[in-house]
Amino acid sequence: MSDAIAAHAGSHGTHAHHNDLQHHFDSLEQQHEAATLGMWLFLITEVLFFGGLFLAYTLYRVWYPVAWAEASRELDIVLGAFNTAVLIGSSLTMAFAVRAAQTGKQRATVVWILLTMALGLVFLIVKYFEYKEKFEHHHVPGPNFAFEGPQAGPAQIYFSLYFLMTGLHATHMIIGFVIMAVIAWMAHKKRFTPEWYTPVEISGLYWHFVDIVWIFLFPLLYLVDRAGHFA
Amino acid sequence: MAGHISPKSTYYAVFAALMVGTAITVAVAFVNLGSFNFPVAIGIAITKATLVILFFMHAKYSSRLTKLFVGTAFFFLVVLLGLSLTDYLSRGLKTYPGGAAGAGYGVRTEAPAAEPRSAGAAAEH
Repeated sequence: MSDAIAAHAGSHGTHAHHNDLQHHFDSLEQQHEAATLGMWLFLITEVLFFGGLFLAYTLYRVWYPVAWAEASRELDIVLGAFNTAVLIGSSLTMAFAVRAAQTGKQRATVVWILLTMALGLVFLIVKYFEYKEKFEHHHVPGPNFAFEGPQAGPAQIYFSLYFLMTGLHATHMIIGFVIMAVIAWMAHKKRFTPEWYTPVEISGLYWHFVDIVWIFLFPLLYLVDRAGHFA
Repeated sequence: MAGHISPKSTYYAVFAALMVGTAITVAVAFVNLGSFNFPVAIGIAITKATLVILFFMHAKYSSRLTKLFVGTAFFFLVVLLGLSLTDYLSRGLKTYPGGAAGAGYGVRTEAPAAEPRSAGAAAEH
């Protein structure tokens, strides 16, 4: 890149502009920094978006600890743990995709992103079967909701939050899947170089953020009281 | 421009730490620590999230401005959770020793009795 910048350092007349350098930036470094900051700014709003749900979760859990314990035991801990491992694995493949882009390995970038997408798909398929089971057991809030015992009321609040939080997370996964498809296509078209791979980097930031949300959702939803403290 | 390129070994190490963290959080959930189960689970989750942010999201190698942005996210999250919880969770507290309770007293101690509608739905089932 230093060559491209050196050529640019002169007048703005005839010059060897780096193809991917937008005119309003001085350098590719500055452009990359601006994009990264913009993505983090978006992620701040995302943290607060999910934060409101985490706040509601915390309050109702403090108010209805027994309902939380009982309702949480209805979730499949094996599927939850499996999906956690799948998402962590997808974060690893995403990190390798960015690394491949940084080192100019376009084919490797495509392969790592396709692997990331495959793991994301596995997560969503597992989630589908978990939701299906909830419908079969009448654990979906609404007129058909049913829950044994006196905790039925607050248990319905638990499942409302369960569907809101995992549903919002799954929506982010689907959006991430589409973004990854675009990035894979761009990498396939050899759009990235070690000098310019910003889309891979900031899509990676998004993907890792979605992983982090699940890192919190798993213990909060699946592991409320497995030790039987409230049993 | 390529910025910091982490060795593959770093990513494998972070991945291993995250998997171990997941295993620990599942295992410890089955141990009755009383009211400590929740803080332990949250502590492990925060540790895992920190690893992802520092290494996978390259925050460790970012500019100071980017690091400031990352910190801002958590500052506002703490404001959101902290200020809201100090309100809600202190509503049952008495305003002075032996005195009357503040507004909303009893919110925390209300028995979550079966709600007629839900009980009916359960009976139907």
